[in-house]
Amino acid sequence: MTAPLPKRIIKETERLQTEPVPGISAQPHDDNARYFDVTVQGPDGSCYEGGVFNLELFLPDDYPMTPPRIRFLTRIYHPNIDRLGRICLDVLKNNWSPALQIRTILLSIQALLGAPNPEDPLNEAVAKQWKDNQAEAIKNAREWTKLYAQPKE
Amino acid sequence: MDSDDEVNSVISSEDLGGDADSSVGDFGGDDSDVDFDELQEHDGFDTQEKDLKPRKKAFEIDHKVYSPEDIQRQQDDQVAEVATLLEQPHESTAILLRYGRWNKERLIEQYMDNQEEVLDKAGLGQDVQKSPPRIEVIDGFVCDICCEDTPGLRSFALKCGHRFCVDCYRQYLAQKIRGEGEAARIKCPGDGCNRVVDAKSLDILVRTDLTDRYHQLLMRTYVDDKENLKWCPSPNCVYAIECGVRKRDLTRVVPTVFCDCKHSFCFGCTLPDHQPCPCSLVKLWLKKCEDDSETANWISANTKECPKCHSTIEKNGGCNHMTCRKCRNEFCWMCMGMWSEHGTSWYNCSRFEEKSGLDARDAQARSRQSLERYLHYFNRYHNHEQSAKLDKDIFHKTEKKMTLLQSASDMSWIEVQFLEEASQALQRCRQTLKWTYAFAYYLARNNETEIFEDNQKNLELAVEDLSEMFEKPTDQLSGLRVEMMDKTTFCNRRRIVVLDDTAKRLKEGVSYNLHFYGFGVVC
Ligand SMILES: [Zn+2]
Ligand SMILES: [Zn+2]
Ligand SMILES: [Zn+2]
Ligand SMILES: [Zn+2]
Repeated sequence: MTAPLPKRIIKETERLQTEPVPGISAQPHDDNARYFDVTVQGPDGSCYEGGVFNLELFLPDDYPMTPPRIRFLTRIYHPNIDRLGRICLDVLKNNWSPALQIRTILLSIQALLGAPNPEDPLNEAVAKQWKDNQAEAIKNAREWTKLYAQPKE
Repeated sequence: MDSDDEVNSVISSEDLGGDADSSVGDFGGDDSDVDFDELQEHDGFDTQEKDLKPRKKAFEIDHKVYSPEDIQRQQDDQVAEVATLLEQPHESTAILLRYGRWNKERLIEQYMDNQEEVLDKAGLGQDVQKSPPRIEVIDGFVCDICCEDTPGLRSFALKCGHRFCVDCYRQYLAQKIRGEGEAARIKCPGDGCNRVVDAKSLDILVRTDLTDRYHQLLMRTYVDDKENLKWCPSPNCVYAIECGVRKRDLTRVVPTVFCDCKHSFCFGCTLPDHQPCPCSLVKLWLKKCEDDSETANWISANTKECPKCHSTIEKNGGCNHMTCRKCRNEFCWMCMGMWSEHGTSWYNCSRFEEKSGLDARDAQARSRQSLERYLHYFNRYHNHEQSAKLDKDIFHKTEKKMTLLQSASDMSWIEVQFLEEASQALQRCRQTLKWTYAFAYYLARNNETEIFEDNQKNLELAVEDLSEMFEKPTDQLSGLRVEMMDKTTFCNRRRIVVLDDTAKRLKEGVSYNLHFYGFGVVC
């Protein structure tokens, strides 16, 4: 039941290779062009700096009418990302527009790493820590980044 | 019983209903914002006419039933009216009205104050293209959604100018309408664009099956947005009810309305008819019954009925020597047998004699008393509720009886109709009785309570009488016809007495027993 890949997905994939976004990579699987291995580098100056985070991205059948499914595979200490790696981000939900693209979404995720929002938490425990003791929270995020998100040589 | 509690903690419904309407009024009030009292029918000036026409009872509530077509017409009329005033096209006016939750006056006022802001917030911001949206073929167009760039590709843009191919637009709308149940605020597919898709554009783009669903959803929002309209909660019913009773009126009136589908429900809370008990008490009562189901389990585990007079007895301490408080019957908790038949070996009451146990026993007695009070009302409420649940059974049974009676006697179908009327009266009266018990649980005792209780008792007696006749074997039924018809009329009349009396009392303000009502509860 494999329908031919829509032009939109082909174009997006091409562009991701020819004009890559700095600090982000997205590689489709050979056997499934809708499934991408993604890496996002922690933004400079953030508590995730130096980390490389692995994510999985899947384009559902009705993409781009519905947003891509995306999830962190690398453990991360972040108020808007839960233990299963699910992400709380408006453009992945209510504010999704079919005119948005994989690259714009990945950029939004990178921006989310640079600006955690504990007021709209997905991970209650982390968000609470972020509000009660931000220094401690940032320290945790740094430690987790060192522990889990080190680039492979 | 419990008279101490009641005297100390009586409060009137005036106080309880105090600020109930603070939430109403923002976008709530509209053209039909009439005070409840004004809704009461005016007496005709001709006294003769008044005598001929049965006067409206205090518990009867003015309301109207609307079909989907009526609702559509209402919307269309309002759109037409406001469109002329604002000098906006109909489809934009509809978007504005939906944005303003159909509060015409307020919308017009805001629009006059700051047209640009209102248009922007409603999703009708700056027009990039002036011409009305239509399907076009534009040279060199590439669709941002599907990346298609075939020459001759048909495309569409709202006035915001975000252009996409017709196929993508269609898929997008289908996803919103069918997938997400969205209609009133479907935005342009452009990233971050607030422009709302209007009905006319939708008609240009999609096929009728989708427009039908779209208009259905719009109608849902319309009724949901209007405080004086509610959908009939009966499954598969398409009607909506209009009623002028507001949230703030609900401490003084129980607005039972009757849908054309035969379902009767409360306009205040949409639960099935619960006259004469006000919505807030219904809510409290249902919550209490739910919370106390655990208590009820405890009761069944820790209390037994006296084998002689069947009153509830709680086991206190380890003693098995029970004495019924009512009939003084002495029996054994374990075997429920007569105490006199037991030897003294069973007697194990030393703990009961201890002085320190005295206070504990008092507290226990009090809690038992309040439990017993609750159980008194709950059991009666429950009994009538169970009977009401047998609704279907009874109806089928009645039909069967009617057929049997018809063949066993010389009666015609019309003549056996009295059975169905009796059965319906029974159902209605039990429904009312059920709620009189929940109501009574919260009532403070005073002189008026006695009248209420008398009325309640009279209705209950009448209902049980009729119920008993109803159970008679079919061959006796034809002989009971006249008597049953009389009893049916009597039951209905007793029900009206109960409802009329309580409705009048509610309007004046009823004293509730705060102890049971709970502090700070304003519903
Ligand atoms: Zn737009
Ligand atoms: Zn397209
Ligand atoms: Zn109905
Ligand atoms: Zn109600």
